[in-house]
Amino acid sequence: MITKNFAKKDLLSISDLSSEEIIFLLNQTDSFREVNERDIKKVPTLRGKTVVNLFFEASTRTRASFEIAGKRLSADVINLSSTSSSSRKGETLRDTARNIEAMATDVLVVRHPSSGAPEYLGRELSCAVINAGDGCHEHPTQALLDLYTIREHKKEFKDLNVSIVGDIAHSRVARSDIAGLLKLGANVTVCGPSTMIPAKAECLGARVTTNLDDAIRDADVLITLRIQLERGGGLAFPSAREYANTFGINEDRLANANSDLLIMHPGPINRGIEMSPNVADGPFSVILEQVEYGVACRMSILYLLSG
Amino acid sequence: MSLLIKNGRIVDPIKGTDEILDLLVEYGKITEISKNIRKKSNSEILDASNLVVCPGFIDMHVHFREPGQEYKEDIQSGTSSAVAGGFTAVACMANTEPVNDSSSITEKILNKTREVGSCKVYPIGAVSVGLKGEKISELSDQHFAGAIAFSDDGYPIKDSFLMRSALEYSKMLGVTILDHAEDVSLSEGKVMHEGTVSTTLGLSANPDASEDICVYRDLRLAELTGGKLHILHVSSKGAVDLIRNAKKKDVKVTCEVTPHHFSLTDEKIRGFNSSFKMAPPLRDEKHRIALIEGLKDGTIDVIASDHAPHDQADLEVEFDRVPFGVVGLETAVSLALDRLVHEGVLTLSEMVSKFTLGPSNAIGIPCHGIEEGSVADLTILDLEKKYTVIPDNFKSRAKNTPFEGWELKGCPVATIVDGKIEMQNIK
Repeated sequence: MITKNFAKKDLLSISDLSSEEIIFLLNQTDSFREVNERDIKKVPTLRGKTVVNLFFEASTRTRASFEIAGKRLSADVINLSSTSSSSRKGETLRDTARNIEAMATDVLVVRHPSSGAPEYLGRELSCAVINAGDGCHEHPTQALLDLYTIREHKKEFKDLNVSIVGDIAHSRVARSDIAGLLKLGANVTVCGPSTMIPAKAECLGARVTTNLDDAIRDADVLITLRIQLERGGGLAFPSAREYANTFGINEDRLANANSDLLIMHPGPINRGIEMSPNVADGPFSVILEQVEYGVACRMSILYLLSG
Repeated sequence: MSLLIKNGRIVDPIKGTDEILDLLVEYGKITEISKNIRKKSNSEILDASNLVVCPGFIDMHVHFREPGQEYKEDIQSGTSSAVAGGFTAVACMANTEPVNDSSSITEKILNKTREVGSCKVYPIGAVSVGLKGEKISELSDQHFAGAIAFSDDGYPIKDSFLMRSALEYSKMLGVTILDHAEDVSLSEGKVMHEGTVSTTLGLSANPDASEDICVYRDLRLAELTGGKLHILHVSSKGAVDLIRNAKKKDVKVTCEVTPHHFSLTDEKIRGFNSSFKMAPPLRDEKHRIALIEGLKDGTIDVIASDHAPHDQADLEVEFDRVPFGVVGLETAVSLALDRLVHEGVLTLSEMVSKFTLGPSNAIGIPCHGIEEGSVADLTILDLEKKYTVIPDNFKSRAKNTPFEGWELKGCPVATIVDGKIEMQNIK
């Protein structure tokens, strides 16, 4: 029986975790990876437990990842989606969640378009709450699988140079990645157009640059974020073409990069905008490994939080 | 019916009094002020030893949700809340349902107050029809029905031409135009102050520049027209500085600050607690200090609560969807005593002024001070008594306060309106 060394009821953010807790979660992931390589990808660990994926925002990969993770652990996994962003007065968030909890849910996995919604639910509910992405705030399970992927290739985080490129201001992945990387001793640089760098960006702890070449030079890892130009009413950036020309990661921009640079992306990729197809499919890319490790990572989190 | 208030320390910035004196109140008026008034046979005695007796406090910025959203608050519960907080008069904003942009709604509010109100209510009428910011409403008609001033609060007056017209028109009536100063194109849809906290939490945010831009526009128009302007709920350093400079140029402007803005910062929003979402938002410490400085040097004339009651169910949602605003009638005076007087920011008389002379000058609510012949609207304070903020005990129907659990030193212990004791808590 693996000892549970994770004392929290919920997993809401990376900012809440200590570096020891993060390392513990990464180590835990090792044991579940093996399950995914078997022919019969099933362990009885969470048999009889009910896991509800409550997604208020569309998602294919994160939800599929959690669903597969839960099922491989033998949990009963239910997927619920809800559109909460209509301004019409409907059921309150609290009521929705409490109703689900009343059905003896053990773990609630929540993705929500508003920052803070999972934290609110964590306070209101007695079951475990996992944040699968809240607004622009945090996406802790993404960060954990990103850290795991980096560790597989680079072994040590101390003094590792990691650059994150894209719409930093609106990215929950960026915030969680930055928090996790800094806690483990890496050097983090964020890069994007000025309109996509948040106010008082220095408070996040990363070096800030609007120059992509500057961000790529000396980087050991490059995390590229998905660009959503619809956000901010199109005022953040004039066009996909201009973005691709100035901040798109392609082979030319990588000409002077380190030969062992790792290219990562949380997905889904806008091929040709933030990343060229050749780079996405090229030798530096570990994007599909991220997805693979994501399942193992979520298995370990479900296991640790299911009590 | 007579009431003898004995041994109270009378603090009246209007008359300049600060002395221990007895007050005799008969038939709703103050009939005698002197030392050792002899008790009449049918007098009720109120022992005000060690207490402070002031002219009745006015909260010139409240939202009573009647007509239309009485489930949040109505005139009865709202005025009960006001007297519980030490207020003898309030001015209520026009963003009801339907909007108070006509004499008939103003009349309805005044009639209801006469029926069930515990304190005086002065309706503030809408500047624009339906608060839409397009067409000016019938200001004259509303004024003669009893609207004391005009504001589109809830919303800024976006169109500069409309603001100019309102200021010009108001000169004829001798009334004040109150603006909720915000540049909507910068602030729309944003839920908190733009700064390190918003960046860390990933919440959409609006910069202090939004307030400053609108304040500057309003001040220039007040200067241009000679109209009388009042800036509601000032929250930024920029706004305070602009108003200070405008006053030096004799622009006819007054302004107010809320107790939540002078007591709290955006740090409170970490944890996404719905009790801390206001418009304008809580800003950082630099701005809070500027508000304190503004109160001290007199740039800020008024303390007003912006009492904004909301139903509990509306608050059980994600932060982005929480409606803006918190209640404040029952905590305003205690916060002013605890955070301003006891901290040495304001003298007692200066504090009293922010709740009496200030609002009276700003929008014309009658406040004549404590003198023989004046109406007996009085607020009695206990400077030492501890008040713990327990929302369940509020007289307001709403419990959305950011101060739950706070222990404050000083509170109102009696509220007298037209000579009648509407609240008494002297122990």
